[in-house]
Parts: sequence; C-alpha cells; structure tokens
Amino acid sequence: MLNFIQQLINGIQLGSVYALIALGYTMVYGIAKLINFAHGDIIMVGAYMSLICLSTLGLPLWATFIVIAVFCAVLGVLIERVAYKPLRGSSRMSALITAIGVSLLLENLFLLLFSSDPRPYPNMFPDISFTIGEMTISFLTVATIVITIIIMVVLSLFVNKTKLGTAMRAVSEDDGAAKLMGINVNTTISVTFAIGSALAAIAAVLYSSTYPLINPYMGSALGIKVFVAAVVGGIGIIPGAMCGGFIIGIAEALIKGYISSTLTDAFVFGILIIVLLVKPAGLLGKNVKEKV
Amino acid sequence: MKKFIALALVLAMAVTVLAACGGESGGSSGSTADTGDTIKIGGLAPLTGEVSVYGVAASNGAKMAIDEVNANGGILGGKKIEFLLEDEEGDATKAVNAYNKLVGEGIVALIGDVTSKPTMSVAQKSAKDNLPMVTPTATAAEVTTYGSNVFRACFLDPYQGEILASYANEKLSAKTAAVLYDSSDDYSIGIAESFKEHAEAYGIQVVAYEAFGEGDKDFKSQLTKIGAEKPDVLCVPSYYNTIALIVSQAKDLGIETTFLGGDGWDGVLGALADGKKTNADGAIFANHYYSGDTDEVVSNFFKNYKEIYGTDPNSFAALGYDAAMVLINAIEKAGSTDKDAIIKALNETDYNGVTGNIQYDGSGDPVKSVTIIKIENGEYTLSEKGYTVKK
Repeated sequence: MLNFIQQLINGIQLGSVYALIALGYTMVYGIAKLINFAHGDIIMVGAYMSLICLSTLGLPLWATFIVIAVFCAVLGVLIERVAYKPLRGSSRMSALITAIGVSLLLENLFLLLFSSDPRPYPNMFPDISFTIGEMTISFLTVATIVITIIIMVVLSLFVNKTKLGTAMRAVSEDDGAAKLMGINVNTTISVTFAIGSALAAIAAVLYSSTYPLINPYMGSALGIKVFVAAVVGGIGIIPGAMCGGFIIGIAEALIKGYISSTLTDAFVFGILIIVLLVKPAGLLGKNVKEKV
Repeated sequence: MKKFIALALVLAMAVTVLAACGGESGGSSGSTADTGDTIKIGGLAPLTGEVSVYGVAASNGAKMAIDEVNANGGILGGKKIEFLLEDEEGDATKAVNAYNKLVGEGIVALIGDVTSKPTMSVAQKSAKDNLPMVTPTATAAEVTTYGSNVFRACFLDPYQGEILASYANEKLSAKTAAVLYDSSDDYSIGIAESFKEHAEAYGIQVVAYEAFGEGDKDFKSQLTKIGAEKPDVLCVPSYYNTIALIVSQAKDLGIETTFLGGDGWDGVLGALADGKKTNADGAIFANHYYSGDTDEVVSNFFKNYKEIYGTDPNSFAALGYDAAMVLINAIEKAGSTDKDAIIKALNETDYNGVTGNIQYDGSGDPVKSVTIIKIENGEYTLSEKGYTVKK
C-alpha cells in the first residue's frame, strides 16, 4: 500500500510538470488555434538560462525563477511577433510548419552555443526529505506539487476573474466578435504567449532539478509527451490541460511500477488513442461543430 | 479537427526524428594530403553526443600513443603513422558510414569503435574486408565473434557481471540483490544477465530485475519498486549520464543500498553537479585501471596525458592508448601492412600496458584482471587492484 502511495506521488510529481507545460500548449491553442511546437524548446531554453543564473551568476533560486520566467515570457512574445503574427489569417498548416521551424531553430542554436553534451544541473532546493513510515518524500517533490497547484489556482482566478482573463476567453471563443467589442486581440495573444512561456520556464527549473542533466534535445521529447497530455485532457481547455498532465504522469508512474517498465510509452500513447476514439475532443472537451 | 490533430501528431513525430538527426558531425581531424611514406590507421569514436566523454578520451589516448611512436621515429623503418579520426556520435549508422569513408581513404587498420552498439555494426563490415581492427572499449560479447580480424583491449560485459556478483558475494556478503538495466542497450543487458546468473549461483537472491528504455529520465517508479525490496546491493549497468540521474533519484527516494556497476560508471562524477557528487557515495564499480595508481607505466601515462590534454585521463583514455600500442606493435612485428600478417601478429601480442598485461587467446578477447573502484566523499578511490573471480 505504501508502495502504491509512493508510486502515486512519483506520478503526481511528474504530472505536475506535464500539467504546467500542457497549460502553455492549451492556452496558445485555445486563443491562436496554433499548436506551438516551439513550446517544448522554450523549456529547454529555460533550463539552460536557469543553469546560467544558478551556476554562473550565482543567483538564489527564487530570483532565478523570476529572471527566467521574464526571459522566457519575452522570448515567447518575440517568437509570436516575429514568426506567428505575420501568418495570422493564413492557413493553419503554414503556422504549424513555422512552429516546427522555430523549434528546430532554437534547438540548433543551443546546440551551437552549448554543444550536444549533457550538462549537470544543480538542484538548489534544500536537501530535506520527509519520512513517513517507510516512505521518503523529498522537499523537491513537495515543492513541485505545491508550486504547480498554486500556479493553477492563480491562473484559474486570472482567467475567470480579471478583465484580461475575460478578454482571453472572449478571443478564444470568437476573435472577430471580441475585436468588435473593443478587445485588443494582438495584446491578448501576446499575453497568452507570455504566460504560457513563463509557465514553461518554471516547469523547466522543476523538471531539471528532478532530472539533473540537460541537453538541447530535451525539449522536443518532453514537448511531444506533454502535447499528448494536452490532447488527452482536451486541447484548448485550461482544466483539461491540468487534468491531462496529471493523468499522463500518474499513468506513466503506475505502468512503470506495476505493468512493464519498458512498454510505458506504448501504454501512454495507447491512452491517447483510446481517448481520441471515444472522445475525440479530449476528456473535458466539448464537441464543437467546426464552421467551414 | 480530428484529422488536424492526427496530422499534428504525425508532424510532431517527424520533428523528433529530424531533431535526432540534427547534430552534424564535427568532422575528422589530422588528415594531411601526404600519402607516400605514411601508414594510415583509422580511428572511430563518438566525439560529440551522449557518450562523447568516452569517445574523446579513447581517441585522445590513441592519438597520444601514435604521437609518441611518431616522435620516436615511426614504424616499419621510419615511416610515420597518419591517424584518420572520424566522429560517429555514438550512432551505429553513422559509424558504418564513417568506416566506409575511412576504408576509401586507404587505412591499413582501425582503432575503434568505442561503445558496443556501433562497434558491432562496424565489426560486421570490417570482417568482410578482413581489416585488422582493435576496439579499445567495446565490451559486448558479440564484438569479436564476427571475424578473426576483430580484437579488443578491454574485458567483456558478461565478465564484468561475473566479477560484480563475485565481489558482492565475497566482499560485501550480500544476501539480496536487485538489478536496474537499460533494455535497449546490449552493454547493459550483457552485464545485467551475467550478474543475475552468477549472483544466483552464489546463493544471492535477486529480488528485483527492472528495466528502463533508451532516453528515459524518470526512474522513480522502478526505484520505488526496488526500494521496497530493500536489496543489499543494486546493480546498475549503464552509462554515466543515466547513472547520474539514477543515483540522484534514488537519493530523493531515500533508498539505501550499495550501488554496483560496470566501467560505464567511469565519468559519473562529472555528470553530477558540484555539491551533488556525494550522491554516488558508496558505489562500487569494475574498471580497467585506477587513475591514481603509483605503478610506473600508469603514472607516466597519467602525467603525459595531463600535460598534453590538460585533463586527467579516465580508463577509456588508457584503453585507447593500449589499443593503439597493441596495434602498432603488431604492425611492427608483422613487418608489413599486409592484413593477414597484422592479424597473426595481433594474436601473438604480449604487451604490458596501462590497463595491465594484454594477451590474446585466439578469440580476439584479452586475458586480463579487473580493478575495483569505490566512490567515497565524491571521489574515486581504489578498492582493489587485480581482482579476479572467486569461485
């Protein structure tokens, strides 16, 4: 039983990081109808930038969080302005291809800057662990879960209670109508990219602290898995991303623990296929008829 | 909508594939236009990528041996050796391509490859060409089975597993053991299977036998399962980058056991961040030599290497050096660059190198003993030199 709880906690920790990243995919998709494949690479950029902050500049952990959240937010907005905005209104496919282009650009840029050798990542969280019976939970695990929950609550409040949040929801429902109501669509989309990228940056620190080796390819593999999480939960729906992230994380941990440690990915992608067959719009998705 | 997501997923997979092919090779070094009075020896190693620490070290060791020989007047009556080194990024396909390129450039023998998987691909090719080949560090059993032209300077994967089981039984008095291995890697499987088999033969109960896949970063589920069994020893035969992740996560989960490993552990301290190097404390691994050894051959090698490359050599550098020396001695003894003559001379090798005495028993595998290293206070320490299996 304790073993099961421990596995569950492992899954929730992994799921927390997935959920944070999935939020970025889902928010951008909800508002810009774009699957931002460069999102995974923002995590990679966040990981390298936080490594520089922590190791080279010697910043404390809390300052690192702020610096890289701002850095990645700016990067996210910059990417949106330079690469995606000029394509708004053109076919979805061109935007998707551009996103892949941006992803490759970031990856190869960092390959050039930092080489493909993995770098050790310093875990700056306090080395405390809590022992309950036979179970040991590290401070990092608790911090990851708590930080994720706080961010989710704040984000939900932001989206549902503030003016900007309302604007975001309006744009995601119908950007033409939103424009008529006096909402600045460009600003709203930029804010969405900024928030998504900042969340990715925070996820980057949490993820890299748990798995303390980073390389320029880390973002693409992680990005795909999280994209699956976003689709399972229902892409475009914020609670869907949270729930999708946790489902994939927990499923991964339990499958590894109880079924097969080598077939995990097969099972995880199997979940995706089943969900898409049964509920094509994702677990929390509404079946909206697409206007042609 | 459904179609769109399906298409997006396909594209997503395409991106990962493209990304994996993204890193272009750094290219070769040391190739000069001169062809007349030089003897060309090829080199294959991963100089970039996941396992580059091994490749760079092994090729540096080989280069150093060749430079020493050239400085002392070359071989076969004063001919200089030209070392053509290719980067294969630890990838089997790229290794075979690089091998074809080297053969096209007219090499007479090959030093390489470094890790087991690409070496097996190259060995199959070289067996057809009957090209003499000495791999410094490929430890998988199959490597030397493809032809009589394939030799190695290191011991084998299954032998490492046997040594570890023997050590766990004799020195650690282990009663229970667990194994966590990479099911996508021949090196890892080789040690894991042999460790399990021999541990059981010693009466050690193997309470958990867990696997993970290529590129995995999360091992907490497997470790939780293993931790629940409280094994005396945990054998993790993998490479240093993965091991750094595993020991860190085991620490997070509060698992207390003695880690055992093979020569892939060498370099693990470099993959742990400063202040976290003690995560690997207590671990014991089989290796080819100990860098702090006071033996004259070893200490000279250690000193010269540090002078040339500015870093301490690891055992891959030592094996690279020994592999090059074994091959050069064989060419000298053969008296020509004839392939069969070199292979015959390689079989008669009796060489005292940095990693001990190397002789061949006809199979291409050397007869040699093992050094056991223990990690203490974030540093490698010598636990036992010349350890052999105790029945």
